[in-house]
Amino acid sequence: MSIQAQLRDAILKVLPDVECVIGWGPGPDPLRNAPLFMKTPDDVERFEAGPLSVSNLAVFLQEYKGNKVGIVVKGCDSRSVVQMLAEKLINREDVVIIGYPCEGVLDAAKIVTKLGLPQEALEAGMVAKLELEGESVTVTARGKTTELAIKDVTATKCSICRYPNAVLSDEFVGEKREGLEDSYGDVDKFLAMSEEERFRFWEKEMERCIRCYACRNACPLCVCKDHCVATSRDPHWLTQADSPRDKLFFQLIHATHLAGRCTGCGECARACPVNIPVGLFKRFMNRATEKLFSFQGGVDPEATPPLQTFKLEEPTIQERNWK
Amino acid sequence: MSAAKFIAHTDVPAWLAELAASMRVIAPVTEGGNVLYREFDSATNGVELNRKPTESAKHVLFPRSEALFTFRKEPVPFAPDSLDPATEEDSPAPRMTLTQPEAPKPTVVFGMLCCDAGGVTTFDPVYGGRYQDPYYLQKREATVLIAKACNEPLKTCFCTWVGSDPANKRDADILATDFGNGLYLEALTERAERVLGSKLLQDAPANAEAKAEALHAAAREAIGEVPSLEGIDNTLTTLFDERDFWWSHSAPCLACGICTNLCPTCHCFTITDEKASGAGVRLRSWDTCMAALYTLEASGHNPRGQKAARLRNRVGHKFSYFLKNNNGRISCQGCGRCIKSCPSSVDIRRIVLDAMKKGCAVKEAANG
Ligand code: SF4
Ligand code: SF4
Ligand code: SF4
Ligand code: SF4
Repeated sequence: MSIQAQLRDAILKVLPDVECVIGWGPGPDPLRNAPLFMKTPDDVERFEAGPLSVSNLAVFLQEYKGNKVGIVVKGCDSRSVVQMLAEKLINREDVVIIGYPCEGVLDAAKIVTKLGLPQEALEAGMVAKLELEGESVTVTARGKTTELAIKDVTATKCSICRYPNAVLSDEFVGEKREGLEDSYGDVDKFLAMSEEERFRFWEKEMERCIRCYACRNACPLCVCKDHCVATSRDPHWLTQADSPRDKLFFQLIHATHLAGRCTGCGECARACPVNIPVGLFKRFMNRATEKLFSFQGGVDPEATPPLQTFKLEEPTIQERNWK
Repeated sequence: MSAAKFIAHTDVPAWLAELAASMRVIAPVTEGGNVLYREFDSATNGVELNRKPTESAKHVLFPRSEALFTFRKEPVPFAPDSLDPATEEDSPAPRMTLTQPEAPKPTVVFGMLCCDAGGVTTFDPVYGGRYQDPYYLQKREATVLIAKACNEPLKTCFCTWVGSDPANKRDADILATDFGNGLYLEALTERAERVLGSKLLQDAPANAEAKAEALHAAAREAIGEVPSLEGIDNTLTTLFDERDFWWSHSAPCLACGICTNLCPTCHCFTITDEKASGAGVRLRSWDTCMAALYTLEASGHNPRGQKAARLRNRVGHKFSYFLKNNNGRISCQGCGRCIKSCPSSVDIRRIVLDAMKKGCAVKEAANG
């Protein structure tokens, strides 16, 4: 039985006990799934899971706090759920977690660049049809059909995913997969630039930010969306000027607030409508948290996140005899 | 009005450079995988006419953040006497100096989408109707809009559903049609004259009109079947209190505001004073009805605290309230950006079609 079929069975089993089960269904174009909120067995018919199930559904859980819901999670999504549990943002008894081993999700931008069509076809909306079969994906755009290996077009986060299986689940279907290594090569590469170059890089990137705050709202762990420092009038922390300075300022605030909490799900960067690599800020912080506190967000629901506690002396931070 | 013209693709950069000598030229360019409307710079920018811009062009006339004026509190000269309560009335009142922004530069937007030009004409009644907004109107008057007919609609395009067209001649000053080797330019308004004087422009080839018409028809055709949205305004009013309808459609929404920020017709703003040490600027910046803060009242009450109420407002404004104030014109131009860029795949077409279906059912039940 396919993973999708097994997941459908698991959802049907959970459905009578919950308000709804959050999963994925068909999206508005062939390149992506949309979140699906299943209440009836008919809804479950529309459920899909696989390389198109990109969005991290954990972002919806806090809205249902106090009501019992089911949620289908990939490995990375499960870490968001675990981190929320660790921070008591949701109650364990309110959520039924259905996990499966994820094989990686597709990156729409990578697909369109790989299609071998002229530059003008670089447009996800031009993909007319997409079929998944085993290890390959067949895409039809502008009357031309191309077969691609799924592994060549998965999201970058999937090629460094340490936890492809749900780290916590009430129902788990399928065979567990091996996790991969993450050596933070992207962060090293970025840090190899000079300070001046790094500054210019962000100045240029942030310039096109439209201040929509999708990076914030797509983040399952951002807790103060409606009361964000970036938009609040009183207190008035950030100006509304269309300047890279204010926009960068917000990113630094978001990254700082997510330090020791971010699970690296990548949703902030995926949501950005103008492709600003805002995930890099958090990757930098995550690496620091791992180095300093030997802590990874969203792995252990009982763990106390390092910045939510206090030790008189941190074993890895040398405060005495600073040179 | 001047006759139709033609310009070879190879001459376009030179033409834009010519215009840039006396005007601000805005054109779509590729940046970081996106297509953005940017100030044209002949040295660095290649104009991108084949892909659809990620953002709309509304910021040219309605900047993301615009200085309405700057202010400065003038220092009051130190007068020891004024500290004496008896003479307080005679002391000079603190003075504020306000400075208006400079008048907008003559501008041309080259290669915008027809739905983006349609966005501009939905702004017109808002900022140039009952309330005259000088900031907008000055820029509008100073700007020539050159729209390019779409040869290839995307899967998310639906301009034909909402009374627009991939080659509509209603909204821009010039309509450009891509003939493969160059652009066929049709002047649609008097304003077009300002940019059609160049020697690089040739007379339009014979049969150009018919050729353009055929291309336009093909693009129209490619969008596919056009469902009827007859009565959508009243239908949405009927559905206003249908909690389940709005709750289920808004369930995936993240209330992130990508949709409204990219939309060519969303025109809401907020005003803030950005000040330090007695000087500052009054800014008008884009706001979004998808954010909780948008309707937060001073008392702390929020009539649209739920995202369902906010999504209902976005759809309702485009497909109902705007129509009632503007002779039945749907404000949405069918550009599909809110669908294409939504991180949660919320599809306004689905909501509107579902409303048409549900609305009929609700009405029948009421009459029944
Ligand atoms: S900051 Fe970005 S990567 Fe980290 S949890 Fe939030 S959305 Fe995911
Ligand atoms: S999602 Fe992108 S454009 Fe929107 S606020 Fe974040 S960085 Fe800026
Ligand atoms: S872009 Fe999508 S998720 Fe974001 S506010 Fe609009 S409808 Fe909601
Ligand atoms: S509502 Fe959506 S489709 Fe309509 S004009 Fe705005 S962004 Fe485009």
